[in-house]
Amino acid sequence: MQSGNTKFVWELLNTVPDPEIPVISVVELGVIREVKFENNSYTISITPTYSGCPAVKTFMDDIKSCLLENSIDNFELKIVYAPAWTTKWMTDETKEKLRKYGIAPPSNIVICPQCNSKNTTLISEFGATACKSLFKCIDCLEPFEFFKCI
Amino acid sequence: MMSSLFTYTLRIADSSLILGQRMSEWCSKGPTLEEDIAMSNISLDMFGQANGFYQYAAQLDGLKSADELAFRRNEREFFNHQLVEQENGNFGNTIVRNFLHDTFNFLFYTQLANSKDETLSALAHKSLKEVKYHLRHSSNWLVRLGDGTKESNAKTQVALNELWMYTDEIFEMDTLDTELFNKGIAVDNSALKSDWDAMINNTLAKAKLIRPEDEYMATGGKKGLHTEYLGFILSEMQYLQRAYPNAKW
Ligand SMILES: [Zn+2]
Repeated sequence: MQSGNTKFVWELLNTVPDPEIPVISVVELGVIREVKFENNSYTISITPTYSGCPAVKTFMDDIKSCLLENSIDNFELKIVYAPAWTTKWMTDETKEKLRKYGIAPPSNIVICPQCNSKNTTLISEFGATACKSLFKCIDCLEPFEFFKCI
Repeated sequence: MMSSLFTYTLRIADSSLILGQRMSEWCSKGPTLEEDIAMSNISLDMFGQANGFYQYAAQLDGLKSADELAFRRNEREFFNHQLVEQENGNFGNTIVRNFLHDTFNFLFYTQLANSKDETLSALAHKSLKEVKYHLRHSSNWLVRLGDGTKESNAKTQVALNELWMYTDEIFEMDTLDTELFNKGIAVDNSALKSDWDAMINNTLAKAKLIRPEDEYMATGGKKGLHTEYLGFILSEMQYLQRAYPNAKW
């Protein structure tokens, strides 16, 4: 049995952006849990960020198109719920990308992505997407989004 | 013949779906922009949770898809708690209803996470993360409304008095629950009551609201018996799939 080039598939997946935060990929977001090659077919296990996140459908479609464009058609996308997605899987490098993009990365202390002040306050627990809440910086007065820790 | 596990899973999905539908009715009508977004987000979480449980039910049943379960069943075939189908009313009614249900959901999913059924356990872990947020949202608002102005306190107290009769059936255990509980799959709902009481009493005290007495307590959700509201919810929610079966876009 062929082992398949799972490393190449991981590399391809790493080029698929998060539809709502395009500076990070779906791999960096942590939703790709496993890439397996069995019986001449790839099985890609994906876990949703939030149960009702509308981006999940979008990035599953994006993943399909990306693989097909690269002549890979022997694959199946599988949704897995355990272990539940957590922001703990995000690397420091990914967090830095979020910060540069203007989103405060998941952390115990909410730091303003504009001026690095720790003097910030919650505006709303819920933001424009399920994964973010709204904050305001007391020092520079800029409102900003915070990637919630879950 | 429907399996017990199928029915048990469907009951959980139904309560999430109906509460999600109720919350979606607030979209574009929230008291502030932030609240509008918050309630739409909560609605999406509830739909997502419902979808997870419906997918599992569909897999167990093998006859109907998740969409068919959601959009092609009638009132008497829905097993949600009567509490979640109650009207949105004013913002206080919605907050009280959600607070009572979120508290239950928090305790319920905490226990269901230990289920011997791997899928139910995984879905419970996932849902619990979101329900913690929902509970914080509804509890914070309950305190603000209860301990707010004279008017907000009075309206919230009325909402609490009116919704209280729906808080008993959420702890019921029928033979199906007991059968699955004995197998280590289901939650003992009745055992959640004391923790629920403690959490409710604690927040009500902070909110300067008076806990109503148990008088007439409604029941029937598990048997498919509902208040007048469910039919209206379903007719709106199911309209498209009923008028154009299998429509896709
Ligand atoms: Zn700042």
